[in-house]
Amino acid sequence: MALLEVNNLDVRFALRGGDVRALRDVCFTLDRGERLGIVGESGAGKSVAAFSLLNLIAKPGYIAGGSIIFDGKELSGMKDRGLRRVRGNRISMIFQDPMMTLNPVLSIGEQMVECLKAHRRISTREARAIALHKLNQVQIPSPETRLDQYPHELSGGMRQRVIIAIALLLDPDIIIADEPTTALDVTIQAEIMDLLLELCDKHNVGLVLITHDLGVVSQVTQRMLVMYAGRVIEQGPTREIINDPQHPYTQGLINALPQMATPGSRLNQIPGSMPSLSNLPSGCAFHPRCGFVKDANGTPRKACLDKVPGFVESGNCRVACHMVAEMINQQERDSREEIL
Amino acid sequence: MTAAVSQHDPKASEVASRASDADVPLMEIRHLHKRFSLSGDFLEQLKFKGGKLIREQEYVHAINGIDLDIRRGEALCVVGESGCGKSTVARTVMGLLTPSQGEIRYAGQRIDNMSTKELLPYRRRMQMIFQNPYASLNPRMTIQQTLEEPIRLHHPDWSRERVRDQVRDVMDSVGIDPDWGPRFGHEFSGGQRQRIAIARALAVDPEFIVADEPISALDVSIQAQVLNLMMEAQQQRNLTYLFITHDLAVVEHVGTRVAVMYLGMVCEIAPTGTLFAKPRHPYTQALLSAIPRLEDDRPQHIRLQGEVPTPVNLPSGCVFHGRCPHANERCRKEVPRLIDVEDGARVACHGVEEGRL
Amino acid sequence: MRENVMSDTIVPGRWARFRDSYLLYSFKRDLIAQISLVIFALLIFAAVFAPWLAPANPYDLAQIDILASELPPFWIDGADPAYLMGTDAQGRDLLSTILYGARVSLIIGFGAVLMQAVIGVSFGLMAGYLGGRVDAFLMRLADIQLSFSTLMVAIIVGALVKAIFGGATFSEYAVPLLVLIIGLAEWPQYARTVRASVLAERSKEYVDAARVMGLKSRRIMFRHILPNTLSPIFVISTVQVANAIISEAALSFLGLGMPETHPSLGSLIKSGFDYIQSGSWWITLIPGAVLVILVLVINLLGDWLRDVLNPRLYKG
Repeated sequence: MALLEVNNLDVRFALRGGDVRALRDVCFTLDRGERLGIVGESGAGKSVAAFSLLNLIAKPGYIAGGSIIFDGKELSGMKDRGLRRVRGNRISMIFQDPMMTLNPVLSIGEQMVECLKAHRRISTREARAIALHKLNQVQIPSPETRLDQYPHELSGGMRQRVIIAIALLLDPDIIIADEPTTALDVTIQAEIMDLLLELCDKHNVGLVLITHDLGVVSQVTQRMLVMYAGRVIEQGPTREIINDPQHPYTQGLINALPQMATPGSRLNQIPGSMPSLSNLPSGCAFHPRCGFVKDANGTPRKACLDKVPGFVESGNCRVACHMVAEMINQQERDSREEIL
Repeated sequence: MTAAVSQHDPKASEVASRASDADVPLMEIRHLHKRFSLSGDFLEQLKFKGGKLIREQEYVHAINGIDLDIRRGEALCVVGESGCGKSTVARTVMGLLTPSQGEIRYAGQRIDNMSTKELLPYRRRMQMIFQNPYASLNPRMTIQQTLEEPIRLHHPDWSRERVRDQVRDVMDSVGIDPDWGPRFGHEFSGGQRQRIAIARALAVDPEFIVADEPISALDVSIQAQVLNLMMEAQQQRNLTYLFITHDLAVVEHVGTRVAVMYLGMVCEIAPTGTLFAKPRHPYTQALLSAIPRLEDDRPQHIRLQGEVPTPVNLPSGCVFHGRCPHANERCRKEVPRLIDVEDGARVACHGVEEGRL
Repeated sequence: MRENVMSDTIVPGRWARFRDSYLLYSFKRDLIAQISLVIFALLIFAAVFAPWLAPANPYDLAQIDILASELPPFWIDGADPAYLMGTDAQGRDLLSTILYGARVSLIIGFGAVLMQAVIGVSFGLMAGYLGGRVDAFLMRLADIQLSFSTLMVAIIVGALVKAIFGGATFSEYAVPLLVLIIGLAEWPQYARTVRASVLAERSKEYVDAARVMGLKSRRIMFRHILPNTLSPIFVISTVQVANAIISEAALSFLGLGMPETHPSLGSLIKSGFDYIQSGSWWITLIPGAVLVILVLVINLLGDWLRDVLNPRLYKG
């Protein structure tokens, strides 16, 4: 059984125009020590997905349905006290902005000790020793002095290392990292990603990496989800999706990267922009931007316009696309005919 | 539509002069320095030290003597990490900041010491696109007002109809429905806002555009749209770009030449193809190796030791020596100068000069 | 390639924008704001149309009957039904006097705020946008101004005017003088608020864009930055109107404001204060209640406006 299992997660925001559905039917699993990437553009719902795992969505958001099963226990309806035992302890989070996690008026050491003592019955001396050990693990130079420094005395890269040390403090089973390197420079980003990868590997920690950067996902994760307008539209092994994306949106996203075009030529852009969640198009939310809405005869596929696509299996991947479903059906029919 | 406008343009002499000085770089930046005072006003600078009242001033050295030529029709990309001074270069070139030292010439004419009035004709020829499309449009002005303003300012003699036609043309050329003019900026998506910001820059038919991180606030699929739009505009209008970015993939795609900056200095400048095929400066090499690639057979990236020093107390010698794996005694003492190497590349590195790299 | 993401191509007009706005939406859901606005509108209406609404003209000496002085309001024995709210010590109809007094108070309140706003907004804009020495000079000026309390400025100016031009002149020009005094005393509130928001706006890219265009500083200040600092200006304006009305009442109560022949709410309160011991409490308490209600509803409206326009809660 998977360590984390999310089924049909449905998150809504109660706004003045009525409920806005930020997540619909999100399903995924994470095994122990597995690294999962959640990719999408802003407004796709990837951060909401991460926050709802620990029931951290701020009002007016709420979980309207579905289940989040962690280590056999249901999290979505759990009371705050039970959740606190999971949060930080068994599942920890890394945010994009380190200053969101670090308290500017407490020294690094105080924050780490406080966090340890909140979850374990240990002395301050022991807690300090563990903190020091963790700072060593994240390769911070002269960790003893860092313990007594304040967050503003550290550079951005150092702060993110401290955040990782804090995330690892209680030896969690899963780390959820929400755009952990977006605010950092490329050279620092590469180092932080290497570090995260190495530590997760060494301690068999699961990683949920939320990012908009396909390059980062392709280098760090084993499996990935692609989200669009609050739904997962494609999921499967990272390499397979990157090398052979099935969903037109995933294809468009990868082909739009400047690396994919010869320098100076026109980039393969996706027309239009992501619809707002309060005003989704009918049927497949991607259909107004999709180049494959029309079938071979040039007539628009009715299903794309009317029906929300369900998942179809395509190799090891699952894709929510009518066009892909049609192609797979066709192939099956062909192969059946061949046999006959 | 560009042709239609220049037909009406009585400035034929200007066009002629453009052709004649084609060999002069459009923009020349010489020994540019820019520092910002950290010490506040006069009273805050006074300090007691050793029983004496002294005035102490601290500076951030954002640009430390750079030389750049921007040739007509090219897209010169300036890359570097945060704090390297690339945005300061853009803002100084556009006259938003005054240089502490050095000269900026536009088409052979020195512009850095001009008054607002003298600068006005140059304002029409050089425009800027900003990073944040959510902040670069005035929230209290409609799109129509935003786009009309620069045209009215630079062509006070134009009739109302002509201004309106120009706005419609320019909106059409960036893919925004001209009927949306009466709308406000916040009614548009990020990508559309950036199109409008580009339209504002193009509205006065400039020849030179400074783009300061124009796509980094946008989503991946929108980035491609905006880049395409900018490249189209460059071809159709024969624009020259100074393109500031931290995204090397973008540089590789749009850049004619690339200047790599580190701590307010240019450490390497080369034609794009050359730079990506054969990076020479150790910093450029590290930067290129750190780009996350889609391929799985990614070469191990070069790890730099330490972190970027603060631009308040600059290191002696080569600014990169503290993190450079090849630094020696000379690097710690002597500031390297840009030297020509083959393929039109110029590198500021003692190691390259001595042939040990 | 053009994006057609926007579903409606019809551009909404001003009225449609207002109808869909957050301002109206939150107003509809805020009972206190609605009640406050109704009361405030009624008071303004009554004050503006006082000459037509009031049963008598308190400024007209011919209409005053000294024999009818200190008559109680209608619900107390001995009241004369001709005087609904009773009369004051000079025999003026109290209702009429209150209506005229509220008019004077509101004129001074709004006038003083207009003056504060004109001085404060211009200084704040210049200090924030031009920065450097201009900023330092104007802000020190504001500090100096703030270190004098309104009352002190009023006492000094009032005393000087009375000493130089005599009491009669002072009475004649009391309204513009009070506007001037209260206006001068409190402009730094505006200047500081405006300067702070100008500093925030100045660093935004649309201001850089305007500079790159070649626009002159004055146009950037008034056309680009000022419209974007209007929200805080509106919010403090409500508070300042209430404050100015109170300042005026306090000055009048101390005898430094409106003369009793042309009473404002404050001087009306003062004129009745001497009779409170002799049982004629209504001369003081009824105008007092009107003043409290007036200031309260303005402040409540201001609170609502501040909540609505708070950029941290609502963007756009």
